[in-house]
Amino acid sequence: MASEVLVPSSPAEAVELFGDGAGTTVVGGGTVVVPEMSYGRLHPARVLLLTRAGLAGITTAGTTVTIGATTSVGALIELEGHVAALAACARNVADYEVRGQATVGGNLCGHGDLQGCLLALDATARSTGAGGVRTEPLEEFLANRGGRLLLDVTFELPAASAFVVLDYPHTHEYTVLAVTGVRTAGGDTRLAATGVAGAGARLRSAEALASDPDAAAAAAASDVTFVDDALASAWYREQTLPVLVRRVLNQLEESA
Amino acid sequence: MNLTVNGVESTIESGPLTSLLDVLRDELGVTSPKAGCEQGGCGACTVIVDGEPRRSCLTPVASVDGASVTTVEGLGSPEDMAPIQQAFTHHYAAQCGFCTSGMMMAAQAYIDRGGSDDPEAIQEALGGHVCRCTGYVKIIDAVGAAARGDSFDMTVTAAGTAMTNLGGVV
Repeated sequence: MASEVLVPSSPAEAVELFGDGAGTTVVGGGTVVVPEMSYGRLHPARVLLLTRAGLAGITTAGTTVTIGATTSVGALIELEGHVAALAACARNVADYEVRGQATVGGNLCGHGDLQGCLLALDATARSTGAGGVRTEPLEEFLANRGGRLLLDVTFELPAASAFVVLDYPHTHEYTVLAVTGVRTAGGDTRLAATGVAGAGARLRSAEALASDPDAAAAAAASDVTFVDDALASAWYREQTLPVLVRRVLNQLEESA
Repeated sequence: MNLTVNGVESTIESGPLTSLLDVLRDELGVTSPKAGCEQGGCGACTVIVDGEPRRSCLTPVASVDGASVTTVEGLGSPEDMAPIQQAFTHHYAAQCGFCTSGMMMAAQAYIDRGGSDDPEAIQEALGGHVCRCTGYVKIIDAVGAAARGDSFDMTVTAAGTAMTNLGGVV
């Protein structure tokens, strides 16, 4: 049966057509959903194609940055002079073409290379779905994102930020393990990891010890759950996380 | 839906979720984009959409309705090859040829955005393209030569071998 394909031409229309999200498959850049359809693993009945929904773009108002959900991952590299960690994180995703096509929303709601970085930036997420549009901390959105359509994420420009990642075995692998560190304008330090169980995770125990990188590194493992997958074993991630935490804190110190 | 492919405008009859790759190959008969992995990982289907290189296998055609698409067929002809095609030929940068169309489109886009002949920058630009003959050195040489604006003697390869001896273009 052919799919019903809806192509909204404004954010308001996208919100209306998404409704409560029931039975709707969202296509942003297509990099996740299209192969599923090509290989016959997905036969969506109702597709919301966001290409023309007006949800792309990065806007800065004072120190507040808002990133539309269909902004390409590659476009985040433009923020290099303002949020070094986010630009580095984006540059680490796939390759030039896929970065240009994949969207921030698709990445955050899917495999999530950007999750840790935006959690460290303490981003808020604006989404729609059952109950209408709501704004909440990204951490809460990620924990309950089923049936939601992400509209944008917003964060405050940090005083400094750093991103460290395990090298990929291949360009197209998802992030094995990465840590982002953010120094706020008020001098606080936030840390978050990508590549641990489930969604990205804040490393709050490590944050509390951020002035002592060795102690913070030792504490980080208590903040997350490690799992085995095709990219790395839980054991390997557990051994590596402290190294990345120490490196990111040292980088933050150097850039401050 | 409409597409302008290599300067020719066509009305598209395929369904809106059909991949651009399938539209190009099956509906329009433009066969230089190759169906390799069909999940974005090999680069063989890369085409230029409104100036940007894109994986045609990942692109629902409805998302590029009205766009201008360039494939290898739009770069040049056997009699009048584009510089990037001359560079690939002169540097013998194609072996089996399956990855070559995607490599050339990514390389053309890289040069169009001001890319230099720096090998590391070229590797980054072509990072999503897999050559299973593993002929990467000559590909990077060819892209570097085209980025520099070299002119090419099409009777011999860069290694000095006569093209006719290789059964190539004369």
